[in-house]
Amino acid sequence: MSMNNQGRPSSAGEAFPASIATISGDRGLDHEEALIFELDHGACGVDLPDVKVGEERLGGMRRKGAVGLPGLSEPEVIRHFVRLSRKNYAIDSGLYPLGSCTMKHNPRLNEKMARLPGFGDLHPLAPQSTTQGALELISSLMNWLTTLTGMPAVAMSPKAGAHGELCGLLAIRAAIAARGEDRKRILVPESAHGTNPATAAFAGFTVDEVPAKPNGHVDAEALKAKLGPDVAAIMLTNPNTCGLFEGEIIDIAKAVHDAGAYFYCDGANFNAIAGKVRPGDLGIDAMHINLHKTFSTPHGGGGPGAGPVVLSERLAAYAPIPLLVADGKGLRLIEDLAAAPDGAKPFGRMCAFHGQMGMFVRALTYMLSHGRDGVRQASEDAVLSANYILASLKDVMSAPFGDGPCMHEALFDDSFLEGTGVTTLDFAKAMIDEGYHPMTMYFPLVVHGAMLIEPTESESKASLDRFIHVLHTLATEARAKQTARFAGAPHLAPRRRLDETAAARKPVLRWRPDPLKQAAE
Amino acid sequence: MRYLPLTPDDRRAMLARIGAPDVDALFRDVPKPALAPLSKFDLPDTQGEMEVERALSKLASRNVAAGAAPFFCGAGAYKHHVPSAVDHLIQRSEFLTSYTPYQPEIAQGTLQYLFEFQTQVALLTGMDVANASLYDGSTATAEAVLMAQRITKRGKAILSGGLHPHYAETVETVAGLFGPMQRTEVTPGSAEDIIALIDEETACVVVQSPDVFGLIRNLRPIADAAHAKGALLIAVVTEIVSLGLLEPPGAQGADIVAAEGQSIGNGLNFGGPYVGLFATREKFLRQMPGRLCGETVDAEGRRGYVLTLSTREQHIRREKATSNICTNSGLCCLAFTIHLSLLGEQGLTRLARINHARASALADKLKALPGVELVTDAFFNEFTIKLPKPAAPVVEALAAKGVIAGVPASRLLPRGFDNLLILAATETNTDDDFAALTKALQEVL
Repeated sequence: MSMNNQGRPSSAGEAFPASIATISGDRGLDHEEALIFELDHGACGVDLPDVKVGEERLGGMRRKGAVGLPGLSEPEVIRHFVRLSRKNYAIDSGLYPLGSCTMKHNPRLNEKMARLPGFGDLHPLAPQSTTQGALELISSLMNWLTTLTGMPAVAMSPKAGAHGELCGLLAIRAAIAARGEDRKRILVPESAHGTNPATAAFAGFTVDEVPAKPNGHVDAEALKAKLGPDVAAIMLTNPNTCGLFEGEIIDIAKAVHDAGAYFYCDGANFNAIAGKVRPGDLGIDAMHINLHKTFSTPHGGGGPGAGPVVLSERLAAYAPIPLLVADGKGLRLIEDLAAAPDGAKPFGRMCAFHGQMGMFVRALTYMLSHGRDGVRQASEDAVLSANYILASLKDVMSAPFGDGPCMHEALFDDSFLEGTGVTTLDFAKAMIDEGYHPMTMYFPLVVHGAMLIEPTESESKASLDRFIHVLHTLATEARAKQTARFAGAPHLAPRRRLDETAAARKPVLRWRPDPLKQAAE
Repeated sequence: MRYLPLTPDDRRAMLARIGAPDVDALFRDVPKPALAPLSKFDLPDTQGEMEVERALSKLASRNVAAGAAPFFCGAGAYKHHVPSAVDHLIQRSEFLTSYTPYQPEIAQGTLQYLFEFQTQVALLTGMDVANASLYDGSTATAEAVLMAQRITKRGKAILSGGLHPHYAETVETVAGLFGPMQRTEVTPGSAEDIIALIDEETACVVVQSPDVFGLIRNLRPIADAAHAKGALLIAVVTEIVSLGLLEPPGAQGADIVAAEGQSIGNGLNFGGPYVGLFATREKFLRQMPGRLCGETVDAEGRRGYVLTLSTREQHIRREKATSNICTNSGLCCLAFTIHLSLLGEQGLTRLARINHARASALADKLKALPGVELVTDAFFNEFTIKLPKPAAPVVEALAAKGVIAGVPASRLLPRGFDNLLILAATETNTDDDFAALTKALQEVL
């Protein structure tokens, strides 16, 4: 071993055997972290004066016991959450190929703009004369959304994609009621996102499934055969969840309209066609737009989202309050059902206030940055990247509909793993050891052991090539029954596979103080 | 375009591997007439970061931020001081740019804070279990009514007149599909007789405390009356800081608590995104909507966390799910968890007391003004006053003087309450703010 002149070893040293337990339980940069409640030592992370308050204005309802919250100082709280953050995979740290989820780059300018005090520190019920800039921003975003979709109207308040679906179906319900009809059935393809049938039931409809054809497209003939006087609407995702554009969509729309029903399009995959295809030209009546997918507002570990819904002429009148109107004094929100302008027949209200303003600011920032040309280029690059992956992997992985091009995501099934003992789950977990987040697995339900890969437009060619190389090698090894990488993977993540069955059988959903420790105190 | 890594050379090489002549060949399934040329989109072209920032800043400057004026708006959204550490931490890439934790081995950060969040919400509300958040307080309230309808197999819901009108409208829009929604008369500053309305068809009674006029309500008698008829009590809280000082709904017999968590960790954001808190009794666990995080162990026996009981949820149960919700309010509930961790027991208790003391001091000042009457006598940090003339023009006149005076009741309840003004005071309000408000109000009245 070589030494420098203080006697300090200067060579890299021997490998540390993975089997040796560390004294601390931590392993280098990977720290074990207790629950915040277990770190309690009666400190406080804020400095606030101790003010006494009387009982006279509390209506006799003063809290009798303590809340039971732990006390920590600011540095301890920061360290706790920084350590937690390091246990997460993120787009900023690597390719995140979750199909149907659109893990694209989240520009930081969007974050900065959402935090301008004029937006971030603005009260939803402040006098409207003091919120004109916010209303103009919403108006601008509405213009972008209606122009990109070729639709006449948009309801801004839905708070996520599924909430947008509900908004669209409630508008359809109101339009049907206005016609004096009673239509209760909604047709949903079997490849649909789970939210579609759930929303239909949530809005008081019954669900009728439409099969897919062997080529991954919806069976248009079967769909038309199911149309009838009790059908309220169809809910179709386009591009669909197999990553394919439904080429018969204009025909389908015509048949749906001829049967007196409405066409709801799940806009989750709008990011494949934004700036290329206007859904309004396809004959749809309502479509939600996931601002957190197509327009890059951050996924944030599961939210918040935003799901504005564009509406056709036939549904526009039923948009929920609040409505945004322009009058002589500027822009104005109509927040009262009874004050709706002539011709408007709002079906109700989706939520308090006016929607996800913080997401609106981010989405508009994204749109202004890209421009119409950049939005179009992003869609093209997303489709190009998915096809590049499909073309590069279909010799070793099985693409069930692999003859033609896909849209923004490439779908594989598990037939290439047949007889290897390796499952889709094993394959996905082995990707974790390779430094990747797995693709979407076991969805859509129409193919066996589905693996749905969506690279988005945010990856460089070098990044795609490296990803392809890893997946190609994994698939080749699996097919050769070299299964060492797959059994029990992941090995190199902060945790090995977790026991989900035990978690559901005896749910532990919160921390509770240790009864022995409490008794001792 | 600065966000797009592929160069023209990359695109050519990729098309060659695919064997497509151009990118439009990949869109071959799109019917030809539906492929729109760029000229069909009457929108601006790409812009640099500086230009975009300039445009957005110009819009923002046309708004009066809460921090830029003496400010007294509440009514479901509250101005509080959020410690700097909160916004710094939620912007860490690993939190900001991760997805729903479907791969728990590489999402323990998100999962553990969700577990901590659920514990905090259960502790604050005095309930057994809480979920990993819903969109906001209003949609959480609607979900609570739907859950009560499922549990009791009854349709009718009685909505207190003190429930925030936006919440009531949200509930009516969604749960009204499954049974009659009965709103009680609005009685600002006093508790209506809601108990008399509870019958054998009632699924639930929905009561907000403090209510939309700021009044603190005693939920216990309502809970007892509801239970006697087989109905549930849903308690709604729009100002969650109040639970640092007031008896939690769980200790008053509530079966479900639906609350808005914005006040802790989250800015006003012109109404969203916020964070819906949802808590209930253990026995109703499997009827809960939304995501739940649970504790378990990994293959080596180490403690870890996973999303659990997902057989309630739409991606498994489809049309039989308890709700169609597919997200939670991730980053907003992270902000809530961090802020509440910084506050701790001592900080939350002190914060709540300061809020009550500030509001109490403001109420005393305002009721001393000629013609002004204090309508709410038991309140937390928000109360209602009656002015000698309609409140909406007064608020506009005060805004012109640089004071954001509160929310006129007529903005929420268009008929019959024109002279009422709802004001909130929090730890952010100074004595100078109070002096500016009273002076300006005197000039206008």
